[in-house]
Amino acid sequence: MTRIPATLAVAILAAVALAAFALALGVGSIALDPITVLRALGGDGDAMPRMIVQELRLPRALAAFATGGSLAMAGALLQVLLRNPLADPYVLGVSGGAAVGALAAMLLGLAAWLIPAGAFAGAFASTVLVFALARGSGAWSPTRLLLTGVIVAAGWGAVVALLLSLAPEAQLRGMLFWLIGDLSAPPATWTPLVVLALAMAIALPFARDLNALARGDAIAAALGVSIARLPWLIFALAALLTAVAVTTAGAIGFVGLIVPHAVRLVIGNDQRALLPAAAFAGGAMLLIADTLARQIAAPAQLPVGVVTALIGVPVFLILLRRER
Amino acid sequence: MSRPALLQVTGLTVRIAALTVCRNLAFSIAPGECWAILGRNGAGKTTLLHTLAGLRPPAAGVIELAGAPLAQLSPRDIARRRAVLPQDDSDAFAATVLETVLVGRHPHLSRWQWESAEDLAIARAALAAMDIGGAEARDVRTLSGGERRRVALAALLAQRPDILFLDEPSSHLDLAHQLALLDRLAALARSGQKAVLMVLHDVNLAVRCCDHALLLDGGAAQAGPAAELLTATRLSRLYGVPLQAVATERGPVFAPG
Repeated sequence: MTRIPATLAVAILAAVALAAFALALGVGSIALDPITVLRALGGDGDAMPRMIVQELRLPRALAAFATGGSLAMAGALLQVLLRNPLADPYVLGVSGGAAVGALAAMLLGLAAWLIPAGAFAGAFASTVLVFALARGSGAWSPTRLLLTGVIVAAGWGAVVALLLSLAPEAQLRGMLFWLIGDLSAPPATWTPLVVLALAMAIALPFARDLNALARGDAIAAALGVSIARLPWLIFALAALLTAVAVTTAGAIGFVGLIVPHAVRLVIGNDQRALLPAAAFAGGAMLLIADTLARQIAAPAQLPVGVVTALIGVPVFLILLRRER
Repeated sequence: MSRPALLQVTGLTVRIAALTVCRNLAFSIAPGECWAILGRNGAGKTTLLHTLAGLRPPAAGVIELAGAPLAQLSPRDIARRRAVLPQDDSDAFAATVLETVLVGRHPHLSRWQWESAEDLAIARAALAAMDIGGAEARDVRTLSGGERRRVALAALLAQRPDILFLDEPSSHLDLAHQLALLDRLAALARSGQKAVLMVLHDVNLAVRCCDHALLLDGGAAQAGPAAELLTATRLSRLYGVPLQAVATERGPVFAPG
């Protein structure tokens, strides 16, 4: 828990994220060198690279970074909150609720902009439902929250299966891409990034309280941490981050589970370093994964969720083996 | 004028669900004292300990910590004056022993403050006091149950409290470590002018190390000097098992008759 390695780790991951941005903006069917990219970003140079960078690649890159960062941060928060290293942002049923909202909007043939709106509404409804059911007598209990989330998610899963069975053939592909997680049409450019920054600004002042909470509710309470309020604040932040991420890119798996865990294996579990490090690492990972998703089968584009799983699983297994 | 008691309890009634743990209880703990809470399983020992430590509100009565009523202190102020060892703790995440003990400094640091060299020194001294200084870089999850208990107690010492509330501090420890730990806690209380209040299951450990006792007997709680309360008659009634005192060099030892 000495300062320098923690800040160094965060700085290195921030640099990696920056490099991932450079890669994402330069790579594509028309490759652009870094100088052209920089000039295009500054509004200089030819119209063609400017259009490619500013209108196509930058919005997608920003959405990818914010989505990955949000999922990783939400995962880190929930793993501490539930004291379970296997928790991921979807244990609260948020992605299931969002999927039902989005797929229902698609099935009803609603306007394109209503699909993310449906996703966000579904995510929000699911969060409120899990919160209300888990709160019960008012006492905070990780087990109760976890179980409620898992059961509600299972319920959403059934509704998703129902919607898929009812859907006409022509819509199935779009629905499937949404379920796997896809960044080809992010509904907003800057909003997810602003939400991520705000959530980080709210969570970081409580990071040391979270270190105490990681040791258990009883120990945290004895150290003066408010175990009546803090868990619900963290729950709300994690739910908001997940809802925005799912609305932006669908239900991308693995980032929220694996990134915080992998970062923890490398830098330890001090939340003051872990939260920003996980956000940078998650953002960078999704950015790289999305760049690969655009390239691997070009001109066809893969849903990024496939790539995150294909990268995430072996990387995680290697890290886990190194730890033992 | 004498110094205020570290803990002053008046008219305390504690209830949990249908159980009345104690009714109208009054006692005070002075610096240097070592108290044992004794009672059968389910008598409410942990509940009473948590109430006295300010982790749950009493049904009635006033608990004052160093002269200030608990109800008027913030959780952080309370945490700077008293520490609590829970009955069980398990670590879900990997962390070094030193990191784990440093968490005890939490109430002394402001929101944006990081642990200083002084905090590190305090944590290392606490580890040394618990005789586990050599393990500071180890992962807490690889420790034995007894080592883990000593690390948890070191985290409490790093908190620098005036009064320690311990729930079965000797659980998971072998006999030698039980004796060493309790002797050390009693010595700490006496030399450092701190007080210790602990739930114990072993009557003989209480006799050996504690100068005061709190007996929980179905709502009829009694508090007072160990010499008065820890007698064969009272303990036999408390546990519902006939006990007899056997004289030894160090005083009486209680054995089932």
